[in-house]
Amino acid sequence: MATENKTAPLTELEQFRQDHGLALQEERPLTTLNLGPTHPATHGIFQNILQMDGEKIVDAVPTIGYIHRAFEKIAERRPFYQITPLTDRMNYCSSPINNMGYHMTVEKLLGITVPKRAQYIRVIMMELARISDHLICNSILGVDSGAFTGFLYVMQEREHIYDIYEEVCGARLTTNMGRIGGMERDLSPKALHLIDEFLKRFPKVWAEFEKMMTRNRIFMDRTTDVGAISAERALNYGFTGPNLRATGVDYDVRVMNPYSSYEDFEFEIPVGSKGDTYDRFLVRNEEVWQSLKIIEQAYKNLPEGSFHADAPHYYLPPKQAVYTSMEALIYHFKIVMGEADIPVGEVYHSVEGGNGELGFYLLSDGGRTPYRLHFRRPCFIYYQAYTEMIKGGQLADAILTLSSLNVIAGELDA
Amino acid sequence: MSDSNNDIKLVDAPDGVSGAGFFATSFEKVIGLARKHSLWPLPFATSCCGIEFMATMGSNYDISRFGSERPSFSPRQADILMVMGTIAKKMGPVVKQVYEQMSEPRWVIAVGACASSGGIFDTYSVLQGIDRVVPVDVYVPGCPPRPEQILDGLMRVQDLAANESLRRRNSPEYQALLASYNIK
Amino acid sequence: MELTNENVLGKIISKFGEDNIRDAFSPDGIMTVTADRDTIIDLIQYLYDDEELQVRFLTTMCGVHYPEQKNKELCVMYQLHSLRHNYRLRIKVFFPIADPVMPTLTNLYAAANWMEREAFDFYGIIFTGHPNLTRILNIDEMEYHPMLKQYPLEDLTREDKIDTFFGR
Repeated sequence: MATENKTAPLTELEQFRQDHGLALQEERPLTTLNLGPTHPATHGIFQNILQMDGEKIVDAVPTIGYIHRAFEKIAERRPFYQITPLTDRMNYCSSPINNMGYHMTVEKLLGITVPKRAQYIRVIMMELARISDHLICNSILGVDSGAFTGFLYVMQEREHIYDIYEEVCGARLTTNMGRIGGMERDLSPKALHLIDEFLKRFPKVWAEFEKMMTRNRIFMDRTTDVGAISAERALNYGFTGPNLRATGVDYDVRVMNPYSSYEDFEFEIPVGSKGDTYDRFLVRNEEVWQSLKIIEQAYKNLPEGSFHADAPHYYLPPKQAVYTSMEALIYHFKIVMGEADIPVGEVYHSVEGGNGELGFYLLSDGGRTPYRLHFRRPCFIYYQAYTEMIKGGQLADAILTLSSLNVIAGELDA
Repeated sequence: MSDSNNDIKLVDAPDGVSGAGFFATSFEKVIGLARKHSLWPLPFATSCCGIEFMATMGSNYDISRFGSERPSFSPRQADILMVMGTIAKKMGPVVKQVYEQMSEPRWVIAVGACASSGGIFDTYSVLQGIDRVVPVDVYVPGCPPRPEQILDGLMRVQDLAANESLRRRNSPEYQALLASYNIK
Repeated sequence: MELTNENVLGKIISKFGEDNIRDAFSPDGIMTVTADRDTIIDLIQYLYDDEELQVRFLTTMCGVHYPEQKNKELCVMYQLHSLRHNYRLRIKVFFPIADPVMPTLTNLYAAANWMEREAFDFYGIIFTGHPNLTRILNIDEMEYHPMLKQYPLEDLTREDKIDTFFGR
């Protein structure tokens, strides 16, 4: 285009091009680059086909569904108590939150109130899960920008959280923790001791990780103003959780619609300002401190009482009662065989997951399995905005934006 | 410090004939020994088992003690394909393509119930085990398997690598195995 | 104005008429109404624009299949949230499976883009005006919409769960 008004004589190359009917100056073609689905830097399997002009991203087409496991269809086939292992595997970095959220939804449907002690234990477990989710996200953000050491330090702390989970429910990662109506067993003295040790030891490790990354010149240069999104666009895209709070909107389900005694605890909601990668990193950092505060309050004020609701129709009786008492035997049989009376109804309940508002929409028609169970998965909803966040940026920035969004493939595809 | 230095375990030398300044053994034993202690994995982590692999890579369970110091994300430079997590039907061709890009000798570990047989997801969208698309050497069951189990799976592959005949990859049985999966 | 189920319901009925807003009840404290597919976009736009209500967040939407109800087999459920007033509400639209067409909400909420693709993928609901209505979670070659009640959970063509493995 620039050479159309050229008056100087054509160069040899330009003459050659003109003779062959080509434009005088070649337009640089866009490069198509396939990012994924298996890529060391995308944590989880999803594909992005990028159109690039040199290093700059012009367009991106995401493809997901590489780990679609049809949770919603499976849930229509399983009795209510068998769906908990499915919910584990959605956001597998913080399984207890998914489990508790599902149990609270079913309790809302069945009209069961859970005693305070069980609620406090649930809060402790959910906040530990939130810490472990943010640990992974922030340390992997460090790995992607080249800082591998922080990841190793922090994975060791995750092992200690796994020890606590193991003591409470028996499993490390996919916990299947709790039951409809409370918890399956009380916190043993060893579990209380482990939580106490964790509260004493973890703040120093986290402070060390923060000191290494937060004011690190290289890290700040790589993450400020990268992948920014404004609060209006974020709300329009349905963002929730730390990604939304990094843009400045202080929406936290624990404060807006408190559940499981969260209103008893004092904690703050950290909020960013620009919605870029650095803000998301800082918001998650600070949320870990707030979670530690909540666990400490819950641990110190753990009330006495039962660890499960008095709901014999839905909560399995202890084995000793099953072998000695007739009513307990009948209750046990009815619950396990799925003969318990489930009311007809519909209920929506949401909890604050590691990535945002994790909602469960449950439609029951009185049968032993749900009629429809829909999961409102935060990752699925905010990943739509990824294209908009990386357009115009560079490829290295796109990788960091993806890490800071904390997209977990299990929750994305469900 | 000096006490602990007396307790260092070294790898046993294979059987052979030794003399002043020489040691003669068969190629298979030496190459098997070398391969066994430096298997580089390709962590094909799709879901929850991938997080347990990250714990295995961490300092508590430390997979690099077994020689897997460098997880390679490029199939051309990897020895073992560790498939960790559920493989959906959409992902099946990708697994096959990654497997085809690896050069011989290559081994496959199916980590977790989902990779071994579809796991708890008996649904329309999940591949019921990756041995539908690639030949598998070691299956590690569990949902997710503990890091110790994953390390045990790696040790079974080490046994396979140590005892494998040098001619196995060119043998007609192996070629027939690959042909049954339509892998060139 | 404090938003309660009664005064919000009164407001939208006075705007849209009793025929278009039906069956209001609150099964779990969240008000649920039924609307028609002709008025749904106007209703959600009204909820968005109104300064008193400020319902400007789409929490989720999903499809439901009721094979028993003749002429109202498919349902789309929208769950909306007013962050300013902490008020949630739910709107359902029923339509027949022979004519599974709905207008798209992507012009108003960018979040509806993938949610509608998911409803299309699972139920076959066609959203007119959607920029890219293709399958999102299942493989593109799939010929049926799996969440409909008549289809089984397992793969229709699988041959691996054969009787010899189960001792039959």
